[in-house]
Amino acid sequence: MNRHVAWAALAATFTASAAFAAETAPMDVKFDDAGGVEASLTGQPGDPSKGAEVASTKSLGNCVSCHVVSALDASFQGNIGPELNGAGDRWSEAQLRGIVIDAKHTFEGTVMPGMYKTGPFIRPGDGYTGKAAPADLPPILNAQQVEDVVAFLMTLKEE
Amino acid sequence: MTLRFSRTILAATAAFALSSAALHAEMADDELNINGDTPITVKAPAASHLEGHLDEVYSGWLFRTDDTRAMEQDDFDNPIMIFAEKGMDNWSVADGSEGKSCADCHGDISEGMKGVRATMPKLNAKGELWSMEDYINDCRTNRMGAEAWGWDSGPMHNMTVAISVQSRGMPVNVTIDGDAAPFWEKGKEMYYTRYGQLELSCASCHEENYGNFIRADHLSQGQIQAFPVYRLKNAGVVSIHNRFKGCIRDTRAETFGVGSPEFHALELYVASRGMGLDIEGGGVRP
Ligand code: HEC
Ligand code: HEC
Repeated sequence: MNRHVAWAALAATFTASAAFAAETAPMDVKFDDAGGVEASLTGQPGDPSKGAEVASTKSLGNCVSCHVVSALDASFQGNIGPELNGAGDRWSEAQLRGIVIDAKHTFEGTVMPGMYKTGPFIRPGDGYTGKAAPADLPPILNAQQVEDVVAFLMTLKEE
Repeated sequence: MTLRFSRTILAATAAFALSSAALHAEMADDELNINGDTPITVKAPAASHLEGHLDEVYSGWLFRTDDTRAMEQDDFDNPIMIFAEKGMDNWSVADGSEGKSCADCHGDISEGMKGVRATMPKLNAKGELWSMEDYINDCRTNRMGAEAWGWDSGPMHNMTVAISVQSRGMPVNVTIDGDAAPFWEKGKEMYYTRYGQLELSCASCHEENYGNFIRADHLSQGQIQAFPVYRLKNAGVVSIHNRFKGCIRDTRAETFGVGSPEFHALELYVASRGMGLDIEGGGVRP
């Protein structure tokens, strides 16, 4: 390999990891006793409008498949979980972050999937293909998407 | 502040408890009577092995819309009957090196196959757990000298439907004790295993949440006594194992294959959850 190219590649890798250094990896998330997560995963503020999109998109958070969120105009919202209207009043930001990252720390045994979790899983798959997951299975949402959803949830106030 | 906070939570929890109780009951109050002359039990007290899990068992038919339910009331409107007729035609067609048809050994399908569907899956003489598809292929390869049919092939669908129709209105009658017990236990374990990246078990959807909606899908108890079913979405027949495959895939899991040992065991266990219900012999589903 050309030395010049090699250096450039190395520098690029370095910059990339430096950019991610501030991000908390799924395995490193610290939950408090109540299942909340105090620290932002990225240190960057979440964007509520992007969070709204994550919540209503099937391939992303797909929250509306189980929750009614009146603020979203997604059709056929499910009712496996409670309505999220007013969630921003009922819960603190830290608690909401914990619920989105892995709700099992807040609600023992809940059916709500962990959105920022990479295992251990039983027979993890590659998305909805039915095939085995790649060794480096990414979490369902990335760190910034989690922050965006939390920011969106914080906008859900009681009438 | 703290007080208001916890009151709101209490209020919200109470409202949730109420609404989920109401929703559990959200299914049709209707009776199935195919062609007006074959009453089918679609609601029954749960078998004793389900104690602590379910009090009553319900056919998936009760969770479908008025239009879809109506299609199953009358064979003229039930698209699965086209497949049943093809299977019945094939019943007496000789195939393979022995030049024999199913009818040569089993006689008229309405006599030879009556009640068969209700006992499936069951152990063969060697103690292996077999589904109806396995018994059909055993006849084809070992008695007719013909080729095996693929699990989800057209001729296999037609034949399993034709045979299932002969058990209409007969109660699910699977054996789960004796030599079948280890298979049943394995199936039960699978039923409560939370597979995939979404960490959902069959029970997460079909025991804890039947009656609720997951997006547009109205969850039933995931019973199999109506199978094979006609699915409007695929405009075709869906086998039991194929349905299992799709449900496990939807948990973002590596699923199992049709005809796998895992799905044989799961089929026995899920069939046993339907004890008390009658075989529908060709359900219609969205
Ligand atoms: C497969 C179903 C499912 C999905 C998908 C799901 N949830 Fe949930 N969620 C639940 C259930 C069930 C509960 C209730 C907790 C319990 O008791 O198990 C819950 C509880 C919650 C709560 C607490 C609600 C309250 O006021 O008590 C929040 C907030 C929440 N979910 C947010 C989300 C968000 C945001 C998403 C998507 C990123 C999401 N959920 C996706 C099932 C789901
Ligand atoms: C993520 C939710 C989910 C999980 C987990 C799940 N299913 Fe389903 N299942 C569905 C939906 C949605 C349907 C279609 C509506 C209905 O009948 O419940 C369905 C339908 C079925 C049906 C067809 C019922 C009928 O009358 O047509 C069977 C059988 C079934 N599931 C079995 C299973 C088994 C066995 C498992 C575990 C291996 C399982 N399901 C796991 C969501 C799920």
